[in-house]
Amino acid sequence: MVENRPWLTALSHIVLSLGVLITALPIWITFVASTHPVEVLMSGRTPLWPGDHFLQNYTTILGSGMEAAGGVPVGMMMWNSLVMALMIAVGKIAISIIAAYAIVYFRFPLRMTCFWIIFITLMLPVEVRILPTFAVVADLGMLNSYWGLSVPLIASATATFLFRQFFLTVPEELAEAARIDGAGPLKFFRDILLPLSRTNIAALFVILFIYGWNQYLWPLLVTTDESYYTIVMGIQRMVAVPDSEPVWHEVMATSMLAMLPPVLVVIFMQRLFVKGLIEQEK
Amino acid sequence: MAGLQFTGVRKTYPNGFRAIHGVDTTVADGEFIVIVGPSGCGKSTLLRMVAGLETVTEGEIHIGDRRVNELEPADRNIAMVFQNYALYPHMSVFDNMAYGLRNRRTPKEEIESRVAEASRILQLDGMLDRRPSQLSGGQRQRVAMGRAIVREPEVFLFDEPLSNLDAKLRVQMRLEIKRLQRDLGTTSLYVTHDQVEAMTLADRLIVMNAGVAEQIGTPLDVYTEPATVFVAGFIGSPAMNFLPGTTTTDGRGVTLDGSSQTLPVAPPSSASRDKITVGIRPEHLEPTSPDAASLALSVDLVEALGADSLVHGQLAGTTQGSAVTVRVDGARRVAAGEALSLAVAPEHIHFFDADDGRRLV
Ligand SMILES: Nc1ncnc2c1ncn2[C@@H]1O[C@H](COP(=O)(O)OP(=O)(O)O)[C@@H](O)[C@H]1O
Ligand SMILES: [Mg+2]
Repeated sequence: MVENRPWLTALSHIVLSLGVLITALPIWITFVASTHPVEVLMSGRTPLWPGDHFLQNYTTILGSGMEAAGGVPVGMMMWNSLVMALMIAVGKIAISIIAAYAIVYFRFPLRMTCFWIIFITLMLPVEVRILPTFAVVADLGMLNSYWGLSVPLIASATATFLFRQFFLTVPEELAEAARIDGAGPLKFFRDILLPLSRTNIAALFVILFIYGWNQYLWPLLVTTDESYYTIVMGIQRMVAVPDSEPVWHEVMATSMLAMLPPVLVVIFMQRLFVKGLIEQEK
Repeated sequence: MAGLQFTGVRKTYPNGFRAIHGVDTTVADGEFIVIVGPSGCGKSTLLRMVAGLETVTEGEIHIGDRRVNELEPADRNIAMVFQNYALYPHMSVFDNMAYGLRNRRTPKEEIESRVAEASRILQLDGMLDRRPSQLSGGQRQRVAMGRAIVREPEVFLFDEPLSNLDAKLRVQMRLEIKRLQRDLGTTSLYVTHDQVEAMTLADRLIVMNAGVAEQIGTPLDVYTEPATVFVAGFIGSPAMNFLPGTTTTDGRGVTLDGSSQTLPVAPPSSASRDKITVGIRPEHLEPTSPDAASLALSVDLVEALGADSLVHGQLAGTTQGSAVTVRVDGARRVAAGEALSLAVAPEHIHFFDADDGRRLV
């Protein structure tokens, strides 16, 4: 629709700006709070402009962590979160793309049954099966380990389903042409299907990375060793320090840092999708 | 280089559908065979069995003197061009052509020289770095051909390769394919539902209907002596006129059903039964003077095509008589409602058994 009505343009800009303001203001306040000493925040007036404690606050939490919450360095928690989120995202994509490949391209007994069994697990997120899953992970000795943090979250019906839908749209003749060209099943997967799935993989990676990064309940259960704490559970522990006021400036600094990696992933991957979309116009 | 042999080839799909009811034929080395028939008659099935993309339920297929029933497609020394081209979208034109050769561990210089040669023949130089999405329909078609050529196969298989092109490009590519096949001398099987394509390309035609090869022969043979009513109606445009009739008691003519008209031509002596179908092509009916006429037509509709006109009408003297189409010179003025007297040379009248549709000789 190409219309030129000045007041409509103005109105839409106002609405959009309001939306941006509503989203951005809390983040701005968080940032501002993370740059002040704790006394300013406790005085009862919320500052609106950054203070001069930026470097000090951030180095404290990154290096030594918050004393009241056990002094776990935020840098380490972010590393743990990163490892967990990457293992979940990469693991989910790897497993589900292979599962979808088997279901779409191979005729084997009980193929559809397998598909439906995978599909039904959509109804069983980790929160529902948390006790049995915890028992299994404990019995396998995976408490307080990266494997324990990520493996139970890796099985993914959603990603399998998405890849299946995508593979179904790939023309059958492509597989046949590859067969005539002498590409066996593995070669076809590696040389043709995988490159064609690039944009799907990028999109899923973003979603799954954020899903993994934001995990809260599961890390809380399986980690008792501070060196495996993740940042999202870390923030909660900082707020809920027993017998004292929360140290808001440090909590806010931690929150800012916790938001950073998902934002970076989105920004970086967004360029990849757009590139992929332009190349694959068919 | 090699010929091709089908021996009692049948195909039953896993769901029980019987797609091919037995094909027996031999294709000579270097021959261009077109498999033609209406949609769903089993053309692709037959081709895909040669390619190895479908299993052969019964019978044998030989390429050269090798029985290929159990061979993988890559081991049959064939190349196939698909209707939608099936180019690898993420690979450059060069890689699309080179992919099969690389899988066969052809040396790098050899790959480069073969691709260069193919792209020269197909006028694809300067496009080798492009992706398929950056090419026009005709260029994609050429890349698909190039991918087939570089393999230097014993047999080319084409499954409706021109169906996705516009009319003008289709005519042009048709000529190119014909020229290319003649220059390379590679045995080719070409599937199409387009009878013009079939007639122009083929050394020999296989006309298929519902899983049966109704007739195998040169385009001219198929046109002049169609083996069945189906073939007669399928090959030739506009389609042949079919007039059901009965042999007269003296055996010297045919009385046309629902009309008092008698065609003064004796049916073949083998037509012992009296119910027969008479077939006459629209281009073989000539307007003439009423006393020299063998048929009278009342005209319903005239389609002027320029060079000639198609006159549609019914046999005169009937209410629900058989519809007849006549091709007349475009310069001739014919109006709807007019009566048209028509003559036909006896050698252009075809007789078919009214029950099984076979040609009577
Ligand atoms: N995989 C299949 N399973 C069952 N029936 C099939 C299959 N593929 C094709 N058919 C049927 O076989 C017949 C011939 O198909 P095909 O060879 O593709 O026809 P066409 O002459 O149009 O190329 C059709 O009736 C089609 O429905
Ligand atoms: Mg077909």
